[in-house]
Amino acid sequence: MPEPVLEAVNLTRAFGAVRAVDGVSFTLPKGGSLGIVGESGSGKTTTARIVVGLEQADDGQILVDGRPRTARVRGRAARLARAREVQMVFQDPFLSLDPRLSVEAVLRETLRLHFPGADHAPRIRQLLDQVGLGTRAADALPRRLSGGQRQRVAIARALAVEPAVLVLDEAVAALDVSVQAQILNLLADIREQTSIGYLFITHDLAVVGCVTDDVIVMRRGAVVEAGATAEVLNAPRHPYTRLLLASVPRPGWNPGRIAAERRAL
Amino acid sequence: MSTVLVRRPGLARLRSTDPRSPLHVLCVGFVGVLTLAALLAPWLAPHDPNAVDLGNALAGTSAHHPLGADAAGRDTLSRLLVGARTSLLGPLGVVTFSTVTGVAVGMAAAWRGGWLDSVLSRSAELVFAFPGLLLAILIISVYGEGLVAPVVALAVAYFPYVSRLTRSLVLAERERPYVSAYVVQGNGALQICLRHVLPNIAPVVLAQATISFGYALMDLAGLSFLGLGVPALTPDWGRMVFDGQSAVQQGYPLSAVLPCVLIVLTVVAFNVAGEGWADRVARRDR
Amino acid sequence: MNVLDITDLRIILPGSARPVVDGVGLTVAAGETVALVGESGSGKTLTSRSVLGLLPPGARAEGSIRVAGDDVVTMDSARLRALRTSTAAMIFQDPRAAINPLRRIGDFLTEGVVSNKTLKRATATARASELLRAVGVDEGALRRYPGQVSGGMLQRVMIAAALMGDPALLLADEPTTALDVTTQAEVIALLTRLRERFGTGMLFVTHDLDLAAAISDRVYVMYAGRIAETGPATELFARPGHPYTAGLLASTPRLDAPGRRLTAIDGRPPDLRTALTGCPFAPRCPSSTEICGERAPLPTAAPGRPDHRFACHHGRRLAEGSPADA
Repeated sequence: MPEPVLEAVNLTRAFGAVRAVDGVSFTLPKGGSLGIVGESGSGKTTTARIVVGLEQADDGQILVDGRPRTARVRGRAARLARAREVQMVFQDPFLSLDPRLSVEAVLRETLRLHFPGADHAPRIRQLLDQVGLGTRAADALPRRLSGGQRQRVAIARALAVEPAVLVLDEAVAALDVSVQAQILNLLADIREQTSIGYLFITHDLAVVGCVTDDVIVMRRGAVVEAGATAEVLNAPRHPYTRLLLASVPRPGWNPGRIAAERRAL
Repeated sequence: MSTVLVRRPGLARLRSTDPRSPLHVLCVGFVGVLTLAALLAPWLAPHDPNAVDLGNALAGTSAHHPLGADAAGRDTLSRLLVGARTSLLGPLGVVTFSTVTGVAVGMAAAWRGGWLDSVLSRSAELVFAFPGLLLAILIISVYGEGLVAPVVALAVAYFPYVSRLTRSLVLAERERPYVSAYVVQGNGALQICLRHVLPNIAPVVLAQATISFGYALMDLAGLSFLGLGVPALTPDWGRMVFDGQSAVQQGYPLSAVLPCVLIVLTVVAFNVAGEGWADRVARRDR
Repeated sequence: MNVLDITDLRIILPGSARPVVDGVGLTVAAGETVALVGESGSGKTLTSRSVLGLLPPGARAEGSIRVAGDDVVTMDSARLRALRTSTAAMIFQDPRAAINPLRRIGDFLTEGVVSNKTLKRATATARASELLRAVGVDEGALRRYPGQVSGGMLQRVMIAAALMGDPALLLADEPTTALDVTTQAEVIALLTRLRERFGTGMLFVTHDLDLAAAISDRVYVMYAGRIAETGPATELFARPGHPYTAGLLASTPRLDAPGRRLTAIDGRPPDLRTALTGCPFAPRCPSSTEICGERAPLPTAAPGRPDHRFACHHGRRLAEGSPADA
């Protein structure tokens, strides 16, 4: 197994009496893709926010390339180094871009911050090309773009930093099916071309099957099952994973039985 | 945007809902003409505004004095034009000072939160609780005559409104994921505030500033009518109303009524212009 | 008899170059569940909302929408109100957004029928508690506020509210999209049970093809304001006749085929600022030919299956080919 690029050890976070994240540990191998699956309130989003540093863990540790990721940083250099460890793509493509900035300005700003002094034009073209946006989109403001295009911009902005890990928090949940497929394929392509690792947060098991190698299933802040994605989807061991799988609609689906099982669990 | 601008009750009714309505265009035009007149006043004014000519005291309209003269024979038109400078400069100072401090304090409070928020918000409330005009009178009585004292006093009185508005705007704005995205990208707090949050909340803050401008003008005119602030000889609309009040009793109302009319029209024009702007911002956000 | 009968519905919004809903026809029979599937901007939500006369300001509707025989398009506001509280009811996507958080759930349930003088207050309260039991919510919820119950439970309250006027037609606009998958199953189970018990016809608006296939008798697929394809659910998903339906099925991630690369549909739906000539799907369609850009296809039936119809010049060839799910 390749070396881990991201390791979470025993992450814990409580909001008042609620233990939102309760002893969560996982490992993401270099260039790998790990899915975190759960319903609302499972703690998957809080876990993601702890990993990127938008939330502080009460306890536990995050290691990137074996080095602990410090909770708080002081100074510009430390901040930038930290940003190059982990980047994030958010769920809502309509809110995750500054409404005033054109696509090119968004990318240029990020590049100027992280790679000052270099000529950014070729890199911007390369990034736009990588996420499948034409140069025509470069001058557009976010409100002129469709949801799928905005999400491509958000991915390009994250890639501009050249991070080791990309956290995708429900990054395709707000998109239409046909657009979602485009973005999922795009993400698969990017992973083939670069050695970036994905931490894929989602509620959708079918999506997990598409883009991840390994998966952990979370419920009420704790990990209930972990393993290779194909294994977990084909032969789930935990009853909650089985319930989640059974809940996905398909022909001949029996929602009444699922409802009964849910109450029993 | 759920944040509500601060409006005084009577004036809030006078608003045009459509930014392209004739009223709105008229008001923006009036503000423009007024600003131009104030800038060019020394060249436009037909007479020295302070030239006393007792022979022409309380003269009616004539070719020599198009809008008549006051009790000391000073040309009303010239005094109105030159007075526009003080009358507009004062509120400009109030609005600039209160907006800059208010935005800085409100933003710091909202962004840092915690104890800083508590301290800043409580102090702003303390200023809130103190009547603005009373504060102005107090400061003037300590520092004496001059435009600076009333402007500073009113700026202090106006600043909590701006800081409260900014605080709520920044609190709403920082919840938006794009701000989180910039944090994750490694941008510093100051950089995010100045380059992203501030430009996004600026239209609302500036619309509020435009509306406040009218109120500041009214308050300053009120102060100079009371004889506070502006030195006696400086032409100023509020001061002109004060100087002209005895002439009204003698049956020569022109020199007092004209500045009154100008004050009212200016306040209304700034209000409508600001409201129109605020409405447009609200529509864009939706 | 059909509880809902829409013929040649056309909805025009001010400032758009083409009708948002263009010549839509659909029917829902009593006791039948019909799914209306489409992506955002396809006009599916507007179609379902127009059934209750809920159109955005400035919008104009042409054609006919008959709910239990009465035409909604020509109704005045008094009759529309009566229709909304009795004959037809709607369940919205986000239950939290569709309920006043400051009123008790009991008031919310009885408000419509009491103000409409359909029922007396005491009778209405009795019916409310009976319906709450039917949707599996404890009667105590009557005295609670919306903020005190979970999202799944609130959506059940919304379903109970929709049933208060004993409607012949239930319009469900993505009623489970805001819910977790396990909660979704529960709400769907409930809707199915209620349909059997009350014989209500249901128009289920969704973007989720699998969900549509799992719960409905018949399906309509909308694209760019038009019906692209309609037919019995099993038929339509096993042998789609329209390339758009086939494309949607291919781009949906599947649990039974993980790791497989998805076949995405290139491009994106036409926006409202451009007028359409020919088939709206032609620019994204893998099998489009010259004729597709020139003439809008008329709905044609699949050979030997008169109730499976699709608006595609090449549809017949597609439907005759091998089953798509190979």
